[in-house]
Amino acid sequence: MAPGGRPSLSRRGFLTGFPARNAALAATGGLLAAHVARPEARAAGTLRPPGAQPEGDFLATCLKCGQCVSACPFYALRLARPGAAHAIGTPYFEPREIACQMCEGVPCARACPSGALDAAVAIKDARMGIAVLVDQENCLAYLGLRCEACYRACPMSGEAIQLEFSSQARTGKHAFFLPKVRGDTCTGCGRCENACVMDSPAIRVLPREIAVAQGAESYRIGWREDAVITGDFPAAEQAPAVDNLDAVLQSMGDTRALEDSP
Amino acid sequence: MNLTRRDIIKTSVAASVATSMGIAVAGEARAESAAADLGIAWDKSACRFCGVGCGIMVGTKDGKVVAMKGDPESPVNRGLNCIKGYFNAKIMYGPDRLTQPLLRKKDGKFAKDGAFTPVSWDEAFDVMAAKMKEYYAAKGPSSLALFGSGQYTIDEGYAAAKLWKAGLRSNNVDPNARHCMASAVAAFMQVFGIDEPSGCYDDIEHTDTVVLWGANMAECHPMLWSRVTDRKLNSPTMKIVNLSTYGNRSTDIADTELIFKPQTDLAIMNYIAKYIVDNNAANWDFVNKHCVFTAGPTDIGYGLPDAHPKEQNQAGRAKPDAHWQITLDEYKKELEPYTAKYVSELSGVPEAKLTELAQLYADPKRKVMSFWTMGFNQHTRGTWANTQIYAIHLLLGKQGTPGNSAFSLTGQPSACGTAREVGVFAHRLPADMVVNNKAHREKTEKLWKLPGKTLNPKIGTHAVAMVRGLKNGNVKFFWSQVTNPFQDFANLNDWIKAAREGDNFIVVSDCYPTVSAKVADLVLPSAMIFEKWGAYGNAERRTQHWRQQVLPPGQAKGDLWQLMEISKRFTLAEVWKEHALPGLDDPDFPKDQLPSVLEDAKAMGYKPEQTLYDVIFATAANKQVAWPDPIAGGHPNDIADDAGFFVQKALWNEYLPFGQGNGHDLTDFDTYHKLRGLRWPVVKGRETQWRFVEGKDPYVKAGEGFNFYGKAMKSIPKAKGSTEMADVSGKAKIFFRPYQPAAEEPDKDYPLWLCTGRVLEHWHSGSMTKRVPELDRAVPYAVCYMHPADAAALGLKRTEEITLESRRGKVKIRLETQGRNRVPRGLVFVPWFDENCLINKLTLDATCPISKETDYKKCAVKVSKA
Repeated sequence: MAPGGRPSLSRRGFLTGFPARNAALAATGGLLAAHVARPEARAAGTLRPPGAQPEGDFLATCLKCGQCVSACPFYALRLARPGAAHAIGTPYFEPREIACQMCEGVPCARACPSGALDAAVAIKDARMGIAVLVDQENCLAYLGLRCEACYRACPMSGEAIQLEFSSQARTGKHAFFLPKVRGDTCTGCGRCENACVMDSPAIRVLPREIAVAQGAESYRIGWREDAVITGDFPAAEQAPAVDNLDAVLQSMGDTRALEDSP
Repeated sequence: MNLTRRDIIKTSVAASVATSMGIAVAGEARAESAAADLGIAWDKSACRFCGVGCGIMVGTKDGKVVAMKGDPESPVNRGLNCIKGYFNAKIMYGPDRLTQPLLRKKDGKFAKDGAFTPVSWDEAFDVMAAKMKEYYAAKGPSSLALFGSGQYTIDEGYAAAKLWKAGLRSNNVDPNARHCMASAVAAFMQVFGIDEPSGCYDDIEHTDTVVLWGANMAECHPMLWSRVTDRKLNSPTMKIVNLSTYGNRSTDIADTELIFKPQTDLAIMNYIAKYIVDNNAANWDFVNKHCVFTAGPTDIGYGLPDAHPKEQNQAGRAKPDAHWQITLDEYKKELEPYTAKYVSELSGVPEAKLTELAQLYADPKRKVMSFWTMGFNQHTRGTWANTQIYAIHLLLGKQGTPGNSAFSLTGQPSACGTAREVGVFAHRLPADMVVNNKAHREKTEKLWKLPGKTLNPKIGTHAVAMVRGLKNGNVKFFWSQVTNPFQDFANLNDWIKAAREGDNFIVVSDCYPTVSAKVADLVLPSAMIFEKWGAYGNAERRTQHWRQQVLPPGQAKGDLWQLMEISKRFTLAEVWKEHALPGLDDPDFPKDQLPSVLEDAKAMGYKPEQTLYDVIFATAANKQVAWPDPIAGGHPNDIADDAGFFVQKALWNEYLPFGQGNGHDLTDFDTYHKLRGLRWPVVKGRETQWRFVEGKDPYVKAGEGFNFYGKAMKSIPKAKGSTEMADVSGKAKIFFRPYQPAAEEPDKDYPLWLCTGRVLEHWHSGSMTKRVPELDRAVPYAVCYMHPADAAALGLKRTEEITLESRRGKVKIRLETQGRNRVPRGLVFVPWFDENCLINKLTLDATCPISKETDYKKCAVKVSKA
């Protein structure tokens, strides 16, 4: 390959020639293998800039021009180098090093000439990944200390990470302040992972494909307000009293008496 | 197996790398990690950081602090810490620790515009002493200033106060606690006649109601907030109210958040008092037996420089701390204007919320704790605000019994134990005594074995007066220890300029090259917490001692040693002679002059060629306190090694008598080393949890119920202007204070309020926490919290860099419209930990005229694109 030139078609096909969902799985599976060989790398997954298309479409559209990288005022984005675990030349960020600062103007996406990043994306709608509290045994907050650095670092102001409080039986007079992620609001900016004060973070941004479970398409959660209840069925206590079952049956046109059963 | 430090690091790196890859750490590697811990020596201490005073254990190996843990037996925190405390073992090992004295030099000599050059301690002290003597001879004791700290250990503060007051006869020693607790202190003295809270942390586990007044306890007193939160979880009736000028994380667990316009806390408290009185909710039995009603002058100014337009009619003013008795009818009358409607309009808090709050206080079935810190104290009417919250609790009889407590939270780890209890203030002596009281001076002179009239009766320069003194040339020598004045004073530009350009000599003792060190002429490398013996007194009066764990690095030495060394360079002949003292006007002293006490000194057996070291530190009695001492258990003490006696214990023994029998009782040195701290008064070896109440405070006799036995200001005029005095011994005072506006309010040129404060991750000026990489990464720089609508109206976007400017200075800072704080429209909030964003260039040096404490929460600013 010529320096700076495009990779050959076959290599490109290898990188991009999968349908979107498979690409995500393949990318992460392949990347996982690559990561085990690089101890300093992330455990899994590539995080794209805000407004990125689904990975397969992204890889098909990204020109690797680097405009988004230049536009980022915080130097969070970088282009993947040869030998890196990410598709060569594509932009990504490592939140543990520099997290996305969630610029209101989304200059990175605005700078993208190809549509690989949606230029019109509102930053709070970005879904770069999802924060996951991966280690609930060692997380300082789960041990009972006053940390929650992730919660306070989160730019979504208590909407993407919330605190759940409970009593610490061991001390008898202190509370747990437990960070919990709300996936529907989390943009995956990684400020939380970056802020985690542990040597190895207890909260990480993972690709949504790995970290978000998908229920069966056929099942709806009945108790949520958006689930439609068809039919209004009264409670058992409100059922009409039946003194004479025969009369009920007869009124329905059934002339057999109960005693007449064979 | 023999593990080297390298092995420990390798196994821990292997462990963390393996964990990051999701690979289980090999059994052998884990066993090695655990075995490494066996070589660590553990010893008890207190956390370096806030006023909560969590108990910790420090782990040392091979001369270095390598680990720490929360002390699971500490009644304060039971083994828990916040993430600042979590890093206690790392704070001493930042890469740029100061290890040599540094003097600005040009052509081999001191020059104010010279470059910092390493010098020996001898040369450092030679230059320092020469400068001190130059100014001392020319302008007397009032030209020397020592800016100390609520983070001094108790022995350091004691040494500083004694050296300055008894040795140099200067009262210009004041702590950074002037910026933090002075208003609280002034109010304790006015209301109770004695300093420090009557209750303790155990009130939390008894109370039904917690009201926060301008205190972001969730971030600033983390482990105490954990206790408040747990109480809320376990008590079905518990209510929490967060009153603040901006929304913060303390609201997370609160039942109600009341956002009020800055300064209107004064009016809100008057509404509550009025509600109590109008609804007959007062505990009249308690009030009639134990309280009196009082008021003070209302034209008191703003502590601004004399030339300021707001300080113009000073001649006509009464002393701001004066007060007199009023009748209940007068009290009620003063409260009349503070209706729900008026206060709601003034404060922006809906009437319904105000009433709900008042009802919580007034509900006879509710026990109530009020907590406050800097929102009340750093306030141009800070002393008033403190007295008002006591008024509410006293009216209700909800003060001093378990769960009922107006609790003044202390910010620093030893503002109580050191600054306040030892009296490291321009007006104080130990155990709540004051310099301008003859009997107090005489008692102190007796205990310190000084000739009569050694002690200067004129109140010295408080903190703000010190830096103003640098500017106007009255203060020539300024030495700061364990604090960062050129980051923490309001209106910084003036003081930095004065320090750098004036005819003066600035000495900064610190452990890292802070902004202040860069402003200094001489930098003295100082030992940090576990590199010296020490003691701190926390917010609930708990005195905690620790032993030295390791030696300080390089040539760094403890602040105590520095004070002792400089004392060696002064003789009695130089300090106990007569001095000019402009403005001295005391019946027992010649006008404008401190008399010589050398003759009386000779009669006492002193010789004029003796040094201050002999007289202040190495006294005959102190030298008897032998070093080594079994209590040390083999722990180092380089200061005692140098001195040849156990200095820290000797000074403690010397300090003890001050508090005996007058409600400030501490106990012996060794006992504190054997226990996890004790809350004073410690009488017959037993600590006191609740003061002033029968059955809990040994000073209160059976049958008294309550006895507010503090002695200060218990003889007051019976009415305004009256010469007849009322003796209100044993009583507490219910003050009326009016609402008055802030010193500087937003206007069309500077349309926003600026409020400053802290975040959990950083302590104070960040000199320690910004050098812990994890804490620095968690919050790497200060941001300006602004309401999104205000930002939009200015055409600004979140994360953009802006210029924030006041009449006094400006900074560039990034904008934040989301995150941990939710400010209302018209107000911005900036934390002050960031040395790259010196927000105090913008703040105003207006103070409470009674306490002289700066108001860091209110001034006017404008915003533009950077």
